[in-house]
Amino acid sequence: MGKLGAVAATGVAVLVLALGGWMRAPLPAAQGGGTISGKVKFTGAKPAMPKIDMSEEPKCKAKYTAAPPTDEAVVVNANGTLANVFVYVKSGLPASYKAPAPAGPVTLDQDGCRYHPHVFGILVGQNLAIKNSDGILHNIKAKGTKNRPFNISQPTTMTSERTFTAPEVMVPLECNVHGWMHAWLGVLPHPFFAVSGTDGSFTIKGLPPGTYTIEAWQEKYGAQTATVTVAGSETKTADFGFAAK
Amino acid sequence: MTTVAATAHPAPAHHDDRSFIRKYVFSTDHKIIGIQFLFVSLFFLLVGGLLAMQMRWQLGFPGKPMPGGGVLPETMAPGGVILPEYYIQLVTMHGTFMVFFAIMPLLVGVYANFLIPLKIGTHDMAFPRINMWSFWSFFAAGLVMLASLFVPDGAARAGWTMYAPLSARHDLSGASFGQEMWSVSIILVGLSSILGSLNYITTIINNRAPGMTWFRLPLSVWSLFITAILGLLALPVLSGAAIMLLFDQIIGTHFFDPAAGGQALLWQHLFWFFGHPEVYILILPAMGMVSDIIANGSRKPIFGYHSMVFAIVAIAFLGWIVWGHHMFMSGMNPTLGSSFMVSTLVIAVPSAVKTFNWMGTMWRGNLRFTVPMLNAVAFVAMFVIGGLSGIFMAATPVDMFIHDTYFIVAHLHYVLFGGSLFALFAAIPYWYPKMFGRLMHEGWGKVHFWLTFIFYNLVFFPMHILGMAGHMRRIYDPTQYAFLQPYQPMNEFISISAFLLFATQIIFFVNFWWSLKRGKPSGLNPWQDNGLEWTLPSPAPHGNWERVPTVYRGPYEFSSPQVPEDYLPQTRRLPSDREPAAASAARH
Amino acid sequence: MHWWLPLKGSTFAGEVDGLFLAITIITGIAFVLVEVGLIWFVVKYRQRPGRKAFYTHGSTRAEVIWTAIPAVTMVALGLISNHYWVRIKGRNSVPPNAYPIAIHAKQFEWQVTYPGPDGKLGTSDDFTVRNQLHVPVGRPIVVRLTSEDVIHSFFVPVFRVKQDAVPGMDINAWFQATVPGTYELGCAELCGLGHYRMRAQVFVQSQEDYDAWTKQAAQEASS
Repeated sequence: MGKLGAVAATGVAVLVLALGGWMRAPLPAAQGGGTISGKVKFTGAKPAMPKIDMSEEPKCKAKYTAAPPTDEAVVVNANGTLANVFVYVKSGLPASYKAPAPAGPVTLDQDGCRYHPHVFGILVGQNLAIKNSDGILHNIKAKGTKNRPFNISQPTTMTSERTFTAPEVMVPLECNVHGWMHAWLGVLPHPFFAVSGTDGSFTIKGLPPGTYTIEAWQEKYGAQTATVTVAGSETKTADFGFAAK
Repeated sequence: MTTVAATAHPAPAHHDDRSFIRKYVFSTDHKIIGIQFLFVSLFFLLVGGLLAMQMRWQLGFPGKPMPGGGVLPETMAPGGVILPEYYIQLVTMHGTFMVFFAIMPLLVGVYANFLIPLKIGTHDMAFPRINMWSFWSFFAAGLVMLASLFVPDGAARAGWTMYAPLSARHDLSGASFGQEMWSVSIILVGLSSILGSLNYITTIINNRAPGMTWFRLPLSVWSLFITAILGLLALPVLSGAAIMLLFDQIIGTHFFDPAAGGQALLWQHLFWFFGHPEVYILILPAMGMVSDIIANGSRKPIFGYHSMVFAIVAIAFLGWIVWGHHMFMSGMNPTLGSSFMVSTLVIAVPSAVKTFNWMGTMWRGNLRFTVPMLNAVAFVAMFVIGGLSGIFMAATPVDMFIHDTYFIVAHLHYVLFGGSLFALFAAIPYWYPKMFGRLMHEGWGKVHFWLTFIFYNLVFFPMHILGMAGHMRRIYDPTQYAFLQPYQPMNEFISISAFLLFATQIIFFVNFWWSLKRGKPSGLNPWQDNGLEWTLPSPAPHGNWERVPTVYRGPYEFSSPQVPEDYLPQTRRLPSDREPAAASAARH
Repeated sequence: MHWWLPLKGSTFAGEVDGLFLAITIITGIAFVLVEVGLIWFVVKYRQRPGRKAFYTHGSTRAEVIWTAIPAVTMVALGLISNHYWVRIKGRNSVPPNAYPIAIHAKQFEWQVTYPGPDGKLGTSDDFTVRNQLHVPVGRPIVVRLTSEDVIHSFFVPVFRVKQDAVPGMDINAWFQATVPGTYELGCAELCGLGHYRMRAQVFVQSQEDYDAWTKQAAQEASS
């Protein structure tokens, strides 16, 4: 009887542990799932981006000791790829899909009279923490069409928070005190977006199986789409190419 | 013209069986309506002052957290530091509340209502119910304006002058609903003014007592009469402009938006065509009441009564053709600059005439320095500074430099505070006995006067210097400009003086409230004045007189050789007086 | 910190300041007359037992005198002022050879377009600089003001020049700078939350320095 009991107890314990382990395991969408990655290539002559003269704002100008800042409308990386391209899932998610609650705010920093990051994404309802690291007057004007526009000022070092209620690609942001400051914000109902980095690559993880339309958006060259099907936890590649105009 | 129209409502009741609501809330009695305007407008005067204190904090101590600022929401002052967009709301709402909800209703809503029937010898206004609506539309307008401070995206913020297209386009101003509420409130306040004017004009023309000829009317009544005509003709222009602005804001018209075919200057012309007569609305009643008070305080007839009347009429008439002097730099045709300069310089003349006549009244008088008299003399001394500074602006080449600087702010506060508000500090204690049956405390009134006079000059005189330096108006942080940084100590000095000035007003408000119940009972005629109202009990009863009195002379027969006393009431019959023509008409 | 007007930096600063001084003297006389008069009356005619006020309704002669003198003074002032007004702002006041600079006011910056080496606006060598107004000294300059959005106002205190920039309108304002140096330009019409920071630097330079700057700035703008 004792031996049977011990076996039974062990079996129950194993079962409980397994059950617990299974229940504590994250939902399939967040871990595992499909991945789409790729590169955004640029062909043609690299456009010359004008230098930004920050003489009127000495505090910001002083932050650029190495080289003066240049306009960020088109940033071509050393390897012939484009940075700051916003890549996202335009369609294809199941109707029942619900985005997980955001972990925390997305931070937009005003530093050296530039927006960091220049192009970024946010979930519907997620907090955007707008930080003024310069300590001089910036205003943030959000010119959304599907989202309510706003224009708030930050005369000193401070952080303001805003949220967006509707998906919109893209919401232009600008500062009117420093007319060269622009940023672009993509508001999406899901977390499947990425911004191409300094090597031109992007990765979108955790996709449920399905056929997706992916769009790559660049502020000067417009948008391009591609169709990608992912299943299980495979990785598919989708490259984009923009040409100089 | 001494026709006495039979009024439609019943003879004054010996017993007053109206309910509390009918008596004190929805009252048609001109005196109650005047008192209602008084209480509500004094509240808005406080609101306007509080808004100014916040502005002065930011100007004196830019970017520093304001004491008590923690109660303000993040959208106005995060951590108590006033934001630029909140600052320009403060600027806008301070001007708006002070002009439309404090000074104008205090001078006109209170005193036109309270004084006119009493001083011309009739029971009430020609249209008592319309009078009641005049107050309630004002009250509604005030509520809407106050509420606009608390809506999402905040209040209107294009200055009280509300220039378009900044005011019409929300994407350019950052405001939304608050701007629209401003327009709605202004439309309501215009309605209140128009309804009031209808009453004042009709009552003065039709309901004067027998013997009360035009040239026996006190100057307070003359000025209120002319002001009412100005209001009747000017406010509709503002209301029209506000409706057009509201349409631009909400239904997609583009009257004032050049980007869509409209004209930015159209707003300015409409606004200032109203705006200039408006500033005369804000000063003429003050001048009229000051005339009454100075004659009384000097124990002498007003010097040059007929000239004074003609000066009031001249100011009002010329006031219609000077509006472009607010627009010299606007981009309008420079030839208009020349013509408006001429008319503006000419309008200085009747004001000068009035000033000399006030002095003439005091000359060889027997001056009694009661609180009303102190404030009335201060009015003359301060108004003259405001008027003289106006000459600098009238000269267009000089205006090129001082337009939209603190020189203008100094000028407007010298005429509106040094002028209108000091006149109110004279008028309120003067007619307080007739309103409430008691006198305000004289000693504290004198303390309030002296402190106000000193601090007020410390606040506003230096602003002339700032303006001469080129210090622009409506700027949130002057230290952003290198050429203004040396003047920051002056800005700080002005701010501290302003805080002290505001604190001093506590004395006035406490005196006002305390005296309602604890002031010395005044009796019928505490100032030994000649006007008809001083023959009635204090406070004056509903319906004023049982029988309308007869008038035998003008209102300024002080120190007359005909009697040993130094005053001679308008209604006192001397053996040598003849009955006026309409005395045999039915008295009621 | 001055107690009077700023540095006279343009040809009409002298005229404007002269007019200002004249008005100060005229109004100063009136001010002293009235204020001293009031103080004197307040002291001399204060109530004392046994005194009686002098009963009079006025004096027509006094009315005529104190109406006529202010009226004549105002008319004279108007004529003098108008003479300068027409010279500075009149329709035909812009000197024919004035050097053109276009200033486009926008929330919250001044976009200054220079005519470039060929000296003509609207040609391909024009270049635009943000918030910097460079002018050669001793030459009439005409600023062609436009606005992108709301009403702004071009104000350079040392030049004494002010002119609103109105959306939908093209407005010219001219001046001639006389003193080399660095000054400030501010916006003098409330234009939104950044109104207080809508400022530019004004560089009044010798013709050589200005030409050198033009060459360098034009190159930078095209690079």
